[in-house]
Amino acid sequence: MTVETGHFALIVALILAVMQSTVPLWAAARGNRELMNLARHTAWGQLICVTLAFCVLMYAFASSDFSVTVVAMNSHSAKPFLYKLAASWGHHEGSLLLWILILSLFGACVATFCRGMPDPLRARVLAVQGMIGVGFMLFTLLTSNPFDRLIDAPLDGNGLNPLLQDPGLVFHPPLLYFGYVGMSTAFSFAVAALIEGRVTPDWARWARTWVLIAWAGLTMGISLGSWWAYYELGWGGFWFWDPVENASFMPWLMATALLHCISVVAKRDAFKSWTLLLAILGFSMSLLGTFIVRSGLLTSVHAFATDPERGVFILVLLGITVGGALLLFAIRAPTMEGGGGFEPVSREGALLINNLLLATATATVLIGTLYPLVLEAVTGEKVSVGPPFFNATFVPLMMPMLAVMALAPLLSWRKASALAAFKQLWVAGIAAAGVLLLSVWISGAGVAGIIGMTVAAWLAAATAYSWVRRWWGKGALRRLISLPMEVHGMSIAHFAAAIVVAGITATSVWQSEAVKLMKAGDSVDLAGYTWRLDRVYDAVGPNYQAVRGEMTVTRTDDGSQVSILYPERRFYPVAQQNTTEAAIHTTGLADLYVVLGEGEQTGGWAMRLYHNPLVPWLWFGAAFMALGGLVSAAGRIRVRRTRTANTAAEAVA
Amino acid sequence: MRLFLLAILALLLAAPAAQAIAPSEMLRDPVLEARARDLGKELRCPKCQNQSLDDSEAGIAVDLRRIVRERLVAGDTDVQVKAYLTARYGDFVLLKPPMKSTTWALWFGPLAVILLGGVVIWRSARRNKARLAEMGDDGLDDDMQDDNPLNTDGEWESAKR
Amino acid sequence: MKRLPYLLPLAVFACIAVYLWIGLGNDPRNLPSALLDKPSPQFDLPPLEGRARLDGKQEALPLATRHLATGKPMLVNFFASWCGPCQVEHPILNQMATTHGVTIHGINYKDDPARALAFLGRLGDTYDRVGRDLDGRVAIEFGVYGIPETFVIDGQGRVQYRHPGPISPDVAQNTILPLLESLK
Repeated sequence: MTVETGHFALIVALILAVMQSTVPLWAAARGNRELMNLARHTAWGQLICVTLAFCVLMYAFASSDFSVTVVAMNSHSAKPFLYKLAASWGHHEGSLLLWILILSLFGACVATFCRGMPDPLRARVLAVQGMIGVGFMLFTLLTSNPFDRLIDAPLDGNGLNPLLQDPGLVFHPPLLYFGYVGMSTAFSFAVAALIEGRVTPDWARWARTWVLIAWAGLTMGISLGSWWAYYELGWGGFWFWDPVENASFMPWLMATALLHCISVVAKRDAFKSWTLLLAILGFSMSLLGTFIVRSGLLTSVHAFATDPERGVFILVLLGITVGGALLLFAIRAPTMEGGGGFEPVSREGALLINNLLLATATATVLIGTLYPLVLEAVTGEKVSVGPPFFNATFVPLMMPMLAVMALAPLLSWRKASALAAFKQLWVAGIAAAGVLLLSVWISGAGVAGIIGMTVAAWLAAATAYSWVRRWWGKGALRRLISLPMEVHGMSIAHFAAAIVVAGITATSVWQSEAVKLMKAGDSVDLAGYTWRLDRVYDAVGPNYQAVRGEMTVTRTDDGSQVSILYPERRFYPVAQQNTTEAAIHTTGLADLYVVLGEGEQTGGWAMRLYHNPLVPWLWFGAAFMALGGLVSAAGRIRVRRTRTANTAAEAVA
Repeated sequence: MRLFLLAILALLLAAPAAQAIAPSEMLRDPVLEARARDLGKELRCPKCQNQSLDDSEAGIAVDLRRIVRERLVAGDTDVQVKAYLTARYGDFVLLKPPMKSTTWALWFGPLAVILLGGVVIWRSARRNKARLAEMGDDGLDDDMQDDNPLNTDGEWESAKR
Repeated sequence: MKRLPYLLPLAVFACIAVYLWIGLGNDPRNLPSALLDKPSPQFDLPPLEGRARLDGKQEALPLATRHLATGKPMLVNFFASWCGPCQVEHPILNQMATTHGVTIHGINYKDDPARALAFLGRLGDTYDRVGRDLDGRVAIEFGVYGIPETFVIDGQGRVQYRHPGPISPDVAQNTILPLLESLK
């Protein structure tokens, strides 16, 4: 099978995308049903073509076809099979094709599911999706073609960066792209609504599923990337406020605000402008992220190989897409208000605070990320904006939001009594106070740490209480089952958020570290454990040589064995690179983390030992949060019927 | 002194990519070492892709970590140590940007955004009030039963659908 | 007036886009020297012994701050035998020294003297003075963050320009030489 098949398939997909971007729009304006439905066929056609193209690319990697440039640059015959396959998306060109694949998948889903969506709306949504597809396919075909051939095929490839030969990194891009592409679908819905000139609660119902899927994808993608950094990069850190990390975090923040707003549109026919703007900005952040990663604009450990020419293309794409959408927003959105009014203290009010804080947080991260660039352009001066800035500005914004999150589910729509809600939460208050005292007693947390743990406890207790209280009592099981899925989803997600915050706070303030020179037989006491280095020996892997340590960890008080850890230092001969593989043991409440350092001339080894309390809660919490999002997506929300519409007694969802 | 230099040379020639924060780099005095570690987290490795001095394995990072410790042992305050490095590498080497006229937009930006957002919400609140007065009770409570766990008296709703 | 808040996102985006465009033209790794228009740092380095200079002179001359303020502009080049790009740029340095009469002092960074001599012997030694910066401290005084790096020093010993990385013929022709001319 030649890769030219894949190339051809991609071109066909582009043609279909062009058709999908133009014809249905015209047809929707004319009311031509047949041509509107053309969009469904082109969407499926695109999916088939792009799937074919991607399979061709994967086959080229699987069969180590080094006549294909990207295979020669990113693979090697000695690489384990799974990583050969994963290498299909582990580089710039292939990852773009994956992006396009997921985009066409979502397009086909919108075309097929979403029962009851009026044809004009569906046509318009698919048209906008098509436009995005055209942009990305043109970018791929013109500047980043994965199917390019090498004139002189080498005998073997250049291998992949050994840091990327890792299960975490196999799944990180696909999940993240689910998130980014999901945001593009939300964007398409928003632009379609703007083109149509109205936002209805039904529109929100259909768009909502995509937003929730996108949000869940981003949550998983980001946390997987963070987890990978934690165990692979060898310093126990999990977030560095690196520009590329920020580029994925900003869409997530926008998506979080969006998913709350979209429910309000569905239920209360309000927050329309907010919702449209968030959908547009959320995808804009995704595009901006793509730009930052692939253009060489900012330095980052994560960035793909840089190329300003590609940067120009993406910037133009960004300008047209975002600029066009925001212009449409400026023109159309002012006419779209209306809907239910509400008192300042109400569920809507709380969600408005939520929006404000999330938007400010996003703006903060954006300012911090782009500031060095802007300053250099204006004055030529170079500054760095690193973790100290972000921690000082972002954390104070999030704390109030988390506190309000605990209260909001108890606030009524339109008009609520905050006092009544507080009174219900006295149990949660006691739990929070207990954790506060505990944090102070453990000491070393600092003000930020104590606040973080207290807020996390407050949120967790309040969410658990609110959820249980809704179905507890006589007929509890029946009530539990009949509760809307979104109530379960919300409770899971909010509770999980509290777990995540607890994990982040605890590991940031109570981490224990020991950096020691150890010889075989030496032991170190840290955090209630005794860590003994038994021996250090040579080992061999499929495509690397290693120096491996064997470290036995026992509990100091009773000597019971906890684990034997094998940290490594690896050398990959093809890539000529060293990596450090930390050894980690999770106790559920903490991680024991060991890094094997350099051998000293004097005969010992530089070992770094860490005890990271509650850090597993970070990853489990994030997974749980994503689950909450998916649970919510599975449910069907009750949509508000407007007064003028035909209102049936039974809500049709 | 000569032996020390030769040892450093041997180590650096043998392994150009040194390990991040090795035991041999650490100071004996735990208070000074803690300060050195904190400073290392606040300073940027000038050469690396966005890494702190503490995290980086580059040769220059090792050298600068050593210099930070030398200056601390010599009695410099944290501010003086940072000044020593910025005199040679510019503000680029600070991960927490200094508060200067050129960074006001950065530090006050978030505040400006939240104020702006507040203004926008305030203005829309007036429109909202008008809408509320006009629509009044819009049959909401029947629709939103599931979503309003507390009734108007602040008590839990007992009946669900 | 009612539309104004709705135009705000577009306006902000337009500004950001402009800066992104400008930013594409900049190299993110390029760091302007903190010593620009300031006097060279204080240092006194031992010489590299046993050099065989292309111009035949045999004395091994040390390099110190006082040698940088001679009334004429000059270059200070940080190099090492273990550095690949240094090998690539060295012929261009030689050409500047011989054809254009530029005074270039070398600072041998964290290098073994024997290997440095071999490097210079193989590629041609046109440096005026060469100091040995064994532990790299002088490089740090200059704010060097990678090798090779070249500084343009004016007649009063002040740093006027820093070029990180190897000097290409293009850079030599269009940046370094004109700057040296203007400083005379």
